[in-house]
Amino acid sequence: MLKRKVMLISVLLIFAVVLSACGSPAATVSEKTKVAFIYIGQPGDLGWTFEHDRGRLMLEAELGDLVETITVPDVSEGPDAEKAIRDVVEAGAKIVFTTSFGYMDPTLAVAEQYPDVIFEHCSGYKTADNMSTYFGRIYQPRYLSGLVAGSMTEANFIGYVAAFPIPEVVRGINAFTLGVKEVNPDAKVHVVWSNTWYDPVKEREAAIALLDEGADIITQHQDTTEPQKAAMEYEKLSVGYDSDMAQFVGDTVLTSPVWNWGKYYVATVQSVLDGTWEPHQYWGGLADEVVKLADFSPLVPEDIKLMVEAKKAELVSGDWDVFCGPIADQDGTVVVADGECMEDGDMLGMAWFVDGVVGTIPAE
Amino acid sequence: MRISFEKRLEQSRLSAILVPVFSFVMALIFGAMILLAFGVNPLQAYTVMVRGSIGSSYALSETLVKAIPLMLTGLGVSISFRMLFWNIGAEGQLAMGGIAAAFVALFLEKYLPPFLVLPAMMIAAILAGALWGLIPATLKAVIGVNEILTTLMMNYIAILFVEYLYFGPWRDPDGFGFPGTAQFPETAWLPRFTGRIHFGIIFAIIAAALIWFILNHTKRGYEIRLIGQNPRAARYTGVNIGRNILVVMLLSGGLAGLAGMAEVSGIAHRLYSGLTSGYGYTAIIIAWLASLNPWGILVVAFMMGGLIVGGDQIQIAMQTPAAVAQVLQGAILFFMLGGSIFANYRVRIIKNLEKSKSGADGYG
Repeated sequence: MLKRKVMLISVLLIFAVVLSACGSPAATVSEKTKVAFIYIGQPGDLGWTFEHDRGRLMLEAELGDLVETITVPDVSEGPDAEKAIRDVVEAGAKIVFTTSFGYMDPTLAVAEQYPDVIFEHCSGYKTADNMSTYFGRIYQPRYLSGLVAGSMTEANFIGYVAAFPIPEVVRGINAFTLGVKEVNPDAKVHVVWSNTWYDPVKEREAAIALLDEGADIITQHQDTTEPQKAAMEYEKLSVGYDSDMAQFVGDTVLTSPVWNWGKYYVATVQSVLDGTWEPHQYWGGLADEVVKLADFSPLVPEDIKLMVEAKKAELVSGDWDVFCGPIADQDGTVVVADGECMEDGDMLGMAWFVDGVVGTIPAE
Repeated sequence: MRISFEKRLEQSRLSAILVPVFSFVMALIFGAMILLAFGVNPLQAYTVMVRGSIGSSYALSETLVKAIPLMLTGLGVSISFRMLFWNIGAEGQLAMGGIAAAFVALFLEKYLPPFLVLPAMMIAAILAGALWGLIPATLKAVIGVNEILTTLMMNYIAILFVEYLYFGPWRDPDGFGFPGTAQFPETAWLPRFTGRIHFGIIFAIIAAALIWFILNHTKRGYEIRLIGQNPRAARYTGVNIGRNILVVMLLSGGLAGLAGMAEVSGIAHRLYSGLTSGYGYTAIIIAWLASLNPWGILVVAFMMGGLIVGGDQIQIAMQTPAAVAQVLQGAILFFMLGGSIFANYRVRIIKNLEKSKSGADGYG
């Protein structure tokens, strides 16, 4: 027993000695403004985080003389997110972009503690004097991709692998379905929830379940390319999301609604450097190019391309938007009357499915 | 010729000191090679790690935050290991404690006077963890079911139960469909000292004192140690092993349950997806590194917290992949645990001709 104690004490002593020996600071002072990005996954997901990281690289390319960027990948949504955000601030970051919905409360908690640091939270709704939100109207290119899918499905069965039943995802499903129904009233969009943003295995399994049930086009609201790859293996078509997934999967990806954060990141950081930054809730659309529709696959016929381009021009002009009536919910009740358009606030809290969606939003 | 490990009757004082030192140095050298492979200066990385874990009051507080659940679960499993009852189920017992605490905070809080909320949460959590531990204990004591399997498998049940609750019936109605319960009312928050260090640290210290007292100054503790050293001898002297299993698992599970309460009430203030992030498994390593000594567990848990928090810092400051920090942590644990084998066992090379007169457990 005594020997055990001696061993324990010596273990502890080593830690102490090594810790104190390493204590000398080796900090390098940098003139550049540090900009931090908190990621839910890895840039190698080829989807959501990949696109944020592409935006970061554009920021480095444009403002590399003035800013340096740091990234923290794989930060889970929960109390540890608060630690990761505080860590980058303690490491000297003056601007922090937190790029997942679940970082909302942690970002707010840290923002309250560091009033001199600017926080930008992607996709949430809470703000502070030093915390803004930013997001894109991805529902616009989603709708356009729905036009393509609705025109090309033969089974009239489109599978949608969806992350969480939150308004952002519900809005995307509805916009896509409105596009499908516009050109093909008989088609149905079948939704499967994965309850995860980033889980390649689960996403793939959900896609395969939909394919086995008879889906001939797969789309998704996830962070990876797995559902599209599963569709390709089943020799079926797909619609991408986040990034232009055709470049990673192939021509079976008909098109993809994609994020394009670079311009926003450059403009926002520039405004902080200029001292003109103000708290805001940015929600740009196709006109701003923060969201886009990726190039069409060669498999998409010419007449469909032209039809989609015409709708896109309408959206860019601002004359019409996706959630303009008449729109009915799953029960057939008209939710948005003819000639009316949904307000942003209602869109941000959307918790019901449009007619044509097969699936449920889990009850509160 | 073959190699055999023989238990040392007497562990030499020199090896008790030299082996951990040697193991730690080996771990650092091994880690340095990994870091070099990633183009990172190992000295700088180790410096960052140390400063990030204990170099500032903030770093220190985060290290303690990570250490608290490790201390409580480590103490919990250590007492069952004392009597060779292999409780691998601290993770599940922690989850059940978190659930019970959340139940009190979310549904009973309004019926309780404010000063009773936290004690009620504690008691509920301890009871829940203890009862969860009692199931495999009863199976073992009454019909001899292998506790390694049952405690491990009950983890999955508990973890899935937590998920069911925060994805389903307990989900925050105002959370826009995002998984996680509503935030607890403030009466259900454990007081914090500085940073995020919360009252759980006091629980841990009291728990260590309690276990130390029980083991060294009570008849029960004597029986537990006796069973651990020689179960057969214990039975011959009239010790009721079954009853001791039940008592020990009530204590072991209760402490893990309390760890769950401390996590939800001290850190997250809600039930959420990150509650079961492997503390209950790390606890097993901690208990052994500390030679099952309750005070040693507090210190080793603190060092482990430092290893986790410092590892995050390498990732942020040096922009290495997250996996590098995990490989480092793994290397240190591997070498320390590996080293302890050489402190307790002697390696003997036995020539073919010589008749082996000892098994692996024999005395050479």
